[in-house]
Amino acid sequence: MNSDHQAEASSGGPIVRLAGVNKHYGALHVLNNINLDVVKGEVVVILGPSGSGKSTLCRTINRLETIDEGTITIDGKTLPEEGKALARLRADVGMVFQSFNLFAHKTILENVTLGPIKVKGMKKSEADKLAMQLLERVGVANQAAKLPAQLSGGQQQRVAIARALAMKPKVMLFDEPTSALDPEMINEVLDTMVSLAREGMTMLVVTHEMGFARKAADRVIFMADGQIVEQATPEEFFTNPQSARAKDFLSKLITNH
Amino acid sequence: MEGYLSLWDEYGARIMESFWANLQLTFWAFIACAVLGTILAIMRISPIPSLRAFGTAYVNIFRNTPLTIIIAFGVFVLFGVFKLQLSEDFQFNFFLIAIIGLTIYHASFFCEAIRSGVNTVPLGQAEAARAIGLGFLPAARMVILPQAFRGAIVPMGNVLIALIKNTTVAVAGSVAEISGLMKTMIELRADQGILIFLTVAMMFVVIVVPIGLLITSLSKKLAVAR
Repeated sequence: MNSDHQAEASSGGPIVRLAGVNKHYGALHVLNNINLDVVKGEVVVILGPSGSGKSTLCRTINRLETIDEGTITIDGKTLPEEGKALARLRADVGMVFQSFNLFAHKTILENVTLGPIKVKGMKKSEADKLAMQLLERVGVANQAAKLPAQLSGGQQQRVAIARALAMKPKVMLFDEPTSALDPEMINEVLDTMVSLAREGMTMLVVTHEMGFARKAADRVIFMADGQIVEQATPEEFFTNPQSARAKDFLSKLITNH
Repeated sequence: MEGYLSLWDEYGARIMESFWANLQLTFWAFIACAVLGTILAIMRISPIPSLRAFGTAYVNIFRNTPLTIIIAFGVFVLFGVFKLQLSEDFQFNFFLIAIIGLTIYHASFFCEAIRSGVNTVPLGQAEAARAIGLGFLPAARMVILPQAFRGAIVPMGNVLIALIKNTTVAVAGSVAEISGLMKTMIELRADQGILIFLTVAMMFVVIVVPIGLLITSLSKKLAVAR
C-alpha cells in the first residue's frame, strides 16, 4: 500500500509547504505569518486551544479556506486560485472532516468510488475493487451496500478515510477527526490513523487526542492566536514545553483528565 | 338537473377538450420550467458572480411580475408587434406563447424551490465533494442537486400545483382553455351559472388533490437520511 500512496510524489522537496501565510476574519488575525514544511512520510500533529487557527490552517491546504497572503505549495506546485487546476490538486490531498461528510444519498461503496470514477476516470469494476480493498482495510467492508446514516459515527469516519485514500493522495489532512465521535468509537478511528502513519502516509492532523500525538506523530506543532508558537518532537513537547502558552495548555489538559 | 345535463350534452366535448388544453399546458410548462429553473438555481449557487447576478435578477423580475402581464406581453407585444410566429397554426401559436409565458414565470419559483432544497444540504457535502477533486458542476450534479431535489419535493410540488391552476391565465393569451369556456358557458347558460363554476372548480380539485397526496408521500419516501 505504501508505495501506492506515494507513487506520484516526485520532487524531492516538501509535500506541503506554507510560506508567509496570513488570513484575517475581519479584525481577527486567524493565521499569522505561518511557515510550515511537511516532508514525505512525515506525520505532523497540530495542537492548540480552540480558536487558535489550527482547523483553518488545515483547511487552507486544499483551499477550502482562502488565504490573504503567502503561498501554499503541494509537492512543488503552487495551489491555484480556482478552476480545474485547483480541482486536480485537491485530488492529491485527502481530507477527513470532523463531521465525516459522507455523501448522504450514496451507498458506502459509491462514496468511495465516486472520486476514482469521476475525477480519475477509473473503470467502475476497477474502482469497486479498489474501494472494497480499502473498506476491508478500515474494517467496514461488510457495510458497503448501506447508506451512511445506517452506520455508527466511528464506521462513517473510517469510510471517510477510505474515501480519501481511494484518490491515492500525496498527503492526508485530518481536521479533528474524532471530535464528533462518542468516546467508545474514538479508538477505532485512531487505530486506523496510526496504522496509516506506520505505513508511511504523509499526514497533517488537527486533534485533541494527545495519545495519538504521542504514539504516531513525528512532530507536534503548537498553535495559539493564529501563530505557530512551538514545534518539537512529541516527547520533547509533552515533557519539556518551552513557551508559557504551551505549558498553560498542557497543564489544563492534565487537570482535565 | 335536466338543465345541467343538457349543458353537458351541449358543451361536454368542448369542456373536455378545453380542460385537456390546461393539462397539456401544465405538462409542457412544468417540464420546461423545471429545466430552466434548475439552470437558474445552478447559476445562483455558482462561484461565478456574473451568473449569480443574472440568476438573482431573473428571479426578482419574473417572480414579481403578474403572470397575466407576462402572457399578455407575449401575445400583444411578441406576437402582435414583433410577429413572433412559432407555428403556422394560428391557435397553436398562441398555445406555444402561453407555454413560454407560464415557463418564464414559474421557472423563477422552481429556481427558488431548488434553492430551498440546496439549503437542506449541509455545507460539508459540498466541501467533501470539492476535497476529492470534483469541480463545481460535477459536484452540483452528483452530490448537491440529487440531495437538493429530494429535499425540495414539497416546494417543487407547490410550484406544480400553482402552475396547474395558473394555466387558466392562458385565456389572456387567447388559448381555448377551460376558464375561457367557463366564461362563455356562463354567458350563454346563465341558468346553470353556479353549477358551471362548481364543475370547473371540481375538475381542478380532482387533479390537484391526488397530486398533493403524492407529493406528501414522495417527500417522506425520498427524504435523505442524515
